[in-house]
Amino acid sequence: MKELKSHIIASRPFKDEMKKTYTILAPDMVHIHFCILKNIFLSYGYNLEILSNKGPAVAEEGLKYVHNDTCYPALLVIGQMIDALNSGKYDLERTAVLITQTGGGCRASNYIHLLKKALRKAGYENIPVISFNISGLEKESSLKLSLPMLVKFITALCYGDLLMLLKNQTEPYETKKGESDKVVSKWVKILSEQLKNGKGWMPAALEKNMKEIVKDFVAIERLIAPKIKVGIVGEIYVKYSSLANNDLEDFLKSQNCEINVPGIMGFISFKIDNRIEDIKLYGGSKIKKIVCKALLAILRRTETIMHKALDEYKGHYQKPATYAELKGMVKNVIGYGAKMGEGWLLTAEMIELVHSGYENIVCAQPFGCLPNHIVGKGMIRKIRTIYPKANIVPIDYDPGATRVNQENRIKLMLAVAAERLRSDDVIKETELHTSKEKSKETAEV
Amino acid sequence: MLNIGLDIGSTTIKSAVINEDGELVFDSYERHFSEIPPKATALIKNIKNKFDLTDDDDVKICISGSAGMGFAEDIGFPFVQEVYATRTAVLKNAPETDTVIELGGEDAKILFLTGEETGEKELEVRMNGSCAGGTGAFIDQMATLLGITPDEMDNEAKSYEKIYVIASRCGVFAKSDIQPLLNQGARIPDISASIFYAVVNQTVAGLAQGRQIKGNVLYLGGPLTFHSQLRKAFDTTLGIKGFCPKNSLSYVAIGAALAPQEKTYKIGEILKAITERRSSRSYKFAEPLFADEKEYKEFTERHSLDKVERADPKTADGNVYLGIDAGSTTLKCAVTDKDGKLLYYIYRSNSGNPVPYVLEFLKNFYKEYPNLKIAAAAATGYGEEIIKNAFSLDFGLVETVAHFYAAKHFKPDVDFILDIGGQDIKCFKIANGAIDNIFLNEACSSGCGSFLQTFAGALNYSIEDFAKLGLFAKAPVELGSRCTVFMNSSVKQAQKDGATIDNISAGLSMSVVKNALYKVIRATTKDATVALGKHIVVQGGTFFNDAVLRAFEKEIGMNVVRPDIAGLMGAYGAALYAQERAGEKSTVLGLEELENFKHEVKAVTCKGCTNNCKLTINTFENGEGEKRRYIAGNRCDFPTGKKNEGSKLDLYEYKLKLLSEYKGVKGSKGRIGIPLVLNMYELLPFWHTLLTELGFEVVVSPFSNRKLYLEGQQSIPSDTVCFPAKLVHGHIEALLKEGVDAIFYPCMTYNLDEGLGDNHYNCPVVAYYPEVLQANVKSLAKTKFIYDYFGIHKPKEFCKKFTEKMNEHFGVGFRLSEVKKAVSDAYAEYFDHMKKVREKGAEYVDKARREGRHIIILAGRPYHVDPEINHGINKLITSLGAAVITEDSVSYEMEKFKVGVLNQWTYHSRLYAAAKYIANKPDMDLVQLVSFGCGVDAITTDETRAILDSEGKIYTQIKIDEITNLGAVKIRLRSLFSAIST
Repeated sequence: MKELKSHIIASRPFKDEMKKTYTILAPDMVHIHFCILKNIFLSYGYNLEILSNKGPAVAEEGLKYVHNDTCYPALLVIGQMIDALNSGKYDLERTAVLITQTGGGCRASNYIHLLKKALRKAGYENIPVISFNISGLEKESSLKLSLPMLVKFITALCYGDLLMLLKNQTEPYETKKGESDKVVSKWVKILSEQLKNGKGWMPAALEKNMKEIVKDFVAIERLIAPKIKVGIVGEIYVKYSSLANNDLEDFLKSQNCEINVPGIMGFISFKIDNRIEDIKLYGGSKIKKIVCKALLAILRRTETIMHKALDEYKGHYQKPATYAELKGMVKNVIGYGAKMGEGWLLTAEMIELVHSGYENIVCAQPFGCLPNHIVGKGMIRKIRTIYPKANIVPIDYDPGATRVNQENRIKLMLAVAAERLRSDDVIKETELHTSKEKSKETAEV
Repeated sequence: MLNIGLDIGSTTIKSAVINEDGELVFDSYERHFSEIPPKATALIKNIKNKFDLTDDDDVKICISGSAGMGFAEDIGFPFVQEVYATRTAVLKNAPETDTVIELGGEDAKILFLTGEETGEKELEVRMNGSCAGGTGAFIDQMATLLGITPDEMDNEAKSYEKIYVIASRCGVFAKSDIQPLLNQGARIPDISASIFYAVVNQTVAGLAQGRQIKGNVLYLGGPLTFHSQLRKAFDTTLGIKGFCPKNSLSYVAIGAALAPQEKTYKIGEILKAITERRSSRSYKFAEPLFADEKEYKEFTERHSLDKVERADPKTADGNVYLGIDAGSTTLKCAVTDKDGKLLYYIYRSNSGNPVPYVLEFLKNFYKEYPNLKIAAAAATGYGEEIIKNAFSLDFGLVETVAHFYAAKHFKPDVDFILDIGGQDIKCFKIANGAIDNIFLNEACSSGCGSFLQTFAGALNYSIEDFAKLGLFAKAPVELGSRCTVFMNSSVKQAQKDGATIDNISAGLSMSVVKNALYKVIRATTKDATVALGKHIVVQGGTFFNDAVLRAFEKEIGMNVVRPDIAGLMGAYGAALYAQERAGEKSTVLGLEELENFKHEVKAVTCKGCTNNCKLTINTFENGEGEKRRYIAGNRCDFPTGKKNEGSKLDLYEYKLKLLSEYKGVKGSKGRIGIPLVLNMYELLPFWHTLLTELGFEVVVSPFSNRKLYLEGQQSIPSDTVCFPAKLVHGHIEALLKEGVDAIFYPCMTYNLDEGLGDNHYNCPVVAYYPEVLQANVKSLAKTKFIYDYFGIHKPKEFCKKFTEKMNEHFGVGFRLSEVKKAVSDAYAEYFDHMKKVREKGAEYVDKARREGRHIIILAGRPYHVDPEINHGINKLITSLGAAVITEDSVSYEMEKFKVGVLNQWTYHSRLYAAAKYIANKPDMDLVQLVSFGCGVDAITTDETRAILDSEGKIYTQIKIDEITNLGAVKIRLRSLFSAIST
C-alpha cells in the first residue's frame, strides 16, 4: 500500500511578533495605490515588499504549480511569489507571503488555498501565508487589522484614485514628458509621510491635500491635441496589473490614446454595498445593514471631497461618476444582485465611460473568467443597444494568449475610434453634453 | 503614383496595387511558409518589374494583416488593421453589402456594415477570440487528418449524404470527433461536408452573438474562395445566398492600398527596409537540447541499447501471436513467437481507415510465411472494435493495458509509462504489478504527435526533417504548455520576434513534453522520481523524435528508457496479451476468406429512440455469402440487437424519469415556462410545485438535443462559457415557440445550505445566467421574463419577496398566506425529490452489491444528467457492467469536514463529500464529469483528486463539451475498470 497522507495544508500561522524579523512579499496591482499602502505597512512595523519581478519565469512557475485552467490572476500572482522565493534574494526562514481574499462566490476567494497548495508543491510549505481580508475568513492566518490601520488603507486608496485619474488625463498632453510622473512621486512621498504620522485622513486634511494635488496637476503645461479616448474595465487584477494585461496602458498610450481606468474606490464601495443589497434581496441582520450603510456614508464623504477638489478647477478634468451615479446607470441593465467578481459594477463602469466620452473600451478579463461571461461579455450587446456609439472590445488574457492577437483586436477597436475622431468631433460634443444630463440619475445606496 | 497594399496574414501574403484612377492593376496571393521578408522582397521586385519602375520611383505603401502588424512596426511603414481595410475595400467595390464573412488562415471575422435596426451605414465587427480555431488552418488540419488536400476535401463534400455532428469549438476538439468516425468507417464525403458545417457553426455561434446574418452577404478570404462547399454550407445554414466577389482574396490588400497615406516611399527604400529589417524584439528561449555533436552521440548510443529481442520469421516455426494496434493516425501490427521475440511487424499511416491496410498486411503475411500459424490475435487502439469485427480476431483490449503488457515484458520493474501517440497522451503509474493511476490527455490539450506533424506540414517540412532541425538549435523558443490553437499564435508571435525554424522546431518538441508533464500528468513536485517514477519507459511514435525524447529527459532531469520499438508497443503488447490467453486455434480470417473480403459502409440515423444516433454500419463479407455487421456510433444496444449485458442500475436515468414526471396542470393564471437548464435540474420540483399551486400551468422545456442547441446558439455572447450555459439559449427559444405567457427563471446567488461547506453559493454562471438571457435574447423582449433575484435559503423572507414580485409582474392579488402555503409545499416536494434520489441510490447500491457489480459515483452537477451534456456516459458505464449513482445520493451521509480549499459552493461541497464517502468502500469509485470552460472545476478537480489520493483511490476525470463521440471516454473508463480489477 502506498503511504497516505492528508492533503489538508496547515500552513504556518503568522504571529504578530513575527513581523519584526520577517519580510512579507505581496503582489502588485494598482501601482500608485500600492506604493502608498506599502509605506503604511512599513510604518506599522511590517517589512512589506511589493513584488515587481516580471518575465517568462513568473508565468512558467504559475503553470507548474497551479491548475492550468485556474484564472490567470491566480496563476500570475502565485507564479510571481514562487519566482521571488526561487530568486535567492530572501531568507526563506524569515519570509512570509500576503494575499488578498474577497470572499465572494467567485473563484478568487480561493486564491489563498491555491497559493498554499502551490507553495507546498514547490517545497515552500514553511512559508507562512497571510490572508488580507475583511470578511472574517481564514481566522488563524489573517492579518490583524486595527481600525486606524484600515482607515489609513482606505484613505491611501482614495488618494491613489485621484492621482491615477489626474495622471491619466494629464500625461498624454504634457509638453514636458515626465511632469505628471514627477507630481505623482512627489505626492506618494508626502502622503505616505502624513499617513505614517497619523495625519492626512481627516476630512479637512483630505480636502486640503486633494485640492493641492489637483492644483499641482493643473499647473502642468499641456498641449491639447485630439486623442482617442479609451477606457479600461475588467476583472480587477487584469484591469490594473501591467504584468497581467501585457502593458495594456503603455500600449494604448503608444497608440495616441488617453486612457481612463476607473478607480478602486468604486470596487470597495461595491463590496460593502453588496452586503446591503443581499439583505434587501434575501433578508438578514438589521445591524449589519446599519454598519454597512455607515461605512458607505464614510466612503461617500471622501468621494464628495474628491469631487469638490476637482470642481475647484472646473473644465480641466473629467470627473468620475459617484458611486450612486454608477449604480443608477445600470438600473435597467442588470440587477444589483449580480455581485460575484466585479458584478454589476463592471457593467456600470462601461456605461459611465461611454457617458463621459470614453466610448472606446477595452474589457479585459482572464480567459474563462466566470463572472465576466455575465457582467462583461454578457452585457456588451445590451450596452450597444442603448448606446450605439459604444465601441467595446473584450480581450482575454491567459499565459497562452499572445500579445500579437490581443493588440490586433485592440487596433481594430482603435481604427473604428480613430475614424470617428476624424469624422464626428462636433456631434460627439453635443451628445456628450446631453448624456451628461442623463447621468445625474442615481440609485439608493 | 501607385498605391501598394500588402496583407501579411498568418499563412499567406497578399498584395494589391491601385493606380491613380483608383483601379486595381495588380494583385497576388501566395503562402509564405513563415519566410516573410524574402517573400515580401520578391513581391515588391515583381511589382517593380511589372510596372517598369526604378529604385528611385515613388510609391505609397501600406501594410495590413496579423503577421503584418509587427512587420510594419519593425520597418516603420504605415499599418492598417485588416478588418478595417476589408471594410474600406468593400465600401468601394461592393457598397450594397450588409454583412461580410471573412475567414482567413487563423482568423474569422464578421463585419456588419448596416445597422440592425436602422439599416443605415455603420460598422459593427466581430473577430474570433483567442480560443477559436475553426478557420483556414483548421480546414487544412482536418484535410491532413483525412489524408487529402483541402481542394480534394471540397470535391469530396459535393457527394455527401449526411452530416455528422462535429464539435466546432476548435480544431483539437473536432479532431477527436473525426478520428473515431474515420475509424468506424464513415464515408470521406460525409466527413468532409461535416467539417465545413462545423466551421459554419463555429462562425455563427462564436461571432454572430445574437445578430442575425441577413441581407447581402459577401464571402471573403482563402477558405471561402477556394471551397465552394463551405460557401454552400453557409448559404444553407443561414438561409441566404452569399456572394464571393472577384479578387475575394485581395480585399484586405486592396483596402490597405486604398487607405489614405501621405508619405511616399522610393521603391529602393522599401526593398532596403525589408532586407535590413531587424526585429525590435527578442523572444524567450531555453537552453539548447544538445550542446554539441558529442553529447548527441552519447545520447543515441545510450538509447540504442534498449532493444527488443528479435527472431527471423523465415526460420521460425509453430505458433505465433498477432497484435494489431489501429491507432488514430497509424496502423501497427506485430507478430511474436512463444518467447515474446518479435518476428515481423509493420508501422504505417492508415489514412483514416485501417481496414484495407490490415487486409493487405494479413494477406502478405500469409503468403510470405506459410510456415507460421497464428494461434491467437488481439486488437487494440481506436480501431480496436472495427478490426476485431472485420477480421474476426480473438481478443480486444484497451490500449493502456496493451502498453503495460509491452513495457512489463521489456522492463519488469517499470513503474511509470508515458506514451505519446498521434492523438493521445497516456501515462500510468504501476504499483504492485498493476496499473495504479492513469492520466489521459483531455480533449483540449492534445499536444501530441499529430500536433508536431501539422506544424511540420504548415512549414513545408516532413516531420522527420522538421524534428531533426531542432536537435542543434541554439536558442529554442519557449512556447509554454498550451493546446494547439494557442500554440499556433505563440509560434506566430515567435516568428514575428525573429525565431528561426530550427528554434521553433526545438521549442515545439519541448512544449509537447511540458504539455504532458504539466497539463496531463500535472506533475506536482520538483522531484521526478516522486511525481512519475524511478523506472520510466517512454513509448509511442512521438518519442522516435530524438528532440522530444531529449527534451523530456532534460525537463525531468533523469534518463529514461525508450525501446527501439517505441512506436510498436501497443501492437507488441497486444500480441503478448493474445499469447497469454491463447486457445488452440485463432478465429482470425484465413487467406482464402481474405481473398474474397468485402467491406461496405453505410451511414444511417437510428430511429430506435429520441437520441437519433448517427450510425455507421460496416458490412464485411468473406466471399462465402457470410456477412458480418459492425455498427458504430450507437449509444445503446438497440441498433446492434445485442442483449444488454450491462447493469440497469443507473441513477442518472432515474433522475431524468423523476423530472419528466413534472407536467403542467391547466390553471387560471396562464401558462408559465420554466427552462430545464442548470440549477433547474434540481429545483424544478420546487418551482414547479410552487407555481402550479399558485394557479399557473407550468410548461417545462424539453430535454436538450442538438437541434434545440443549434436553435439558440445565435444569441450566445461568450463563446468560452460552459456548454450547459450555452444550451440555455435553446431552451428559451423552445419555450417561446410554445407560446407561453411568461418565462420564469430566477437569478440565485445562493443555493440551499446543506451544511457541508463554509458557504452555499451557486457558481457565477448558474447564479446569473438569466441576466445574460435578458440582455442578449432579442425575442425574449416580447414575453414576460421573470428573472428576479430570489433566495430560497431563507424561506420566511422568500415568501414575502416572492409575493411582492409576483404581484408586480402579474398585477393580481397573490396573498401572502396563499404563497406561504404553496412555498411550504414546494419545499416539501423538493426534499421529497431529493429523498427519492437518495433512496433509489441506496437501493441500487444494495442491488449492485448483491450482483457483485462495481459502483461508480458519476459526480458532477445536477445538470450533468442532461443527456445532451453527458453524451450518454452514464449508459457507457452501465454497459461496462457497473452501477451508476450520483454524488448527491451519498453526500448527505457525510458531516462537514475540512478540505484544502474554500468550500463555498453547494454543488461542489457534494463532490468533496462524495469523494470522502467512498474512502473505505472498495467496491466504489468516483468519476468526475467536468464541463469544458468550468472555471470552478479547476479548483474542485484538484481537491477531489487530492481527497481520493489520500484514500488510495484512483481519480478519473472526464471533460465534456459539445463532443459527441465517446471513443476517448471509453478508453479512460475501460482503463479504470481494468485498473480496479487487477
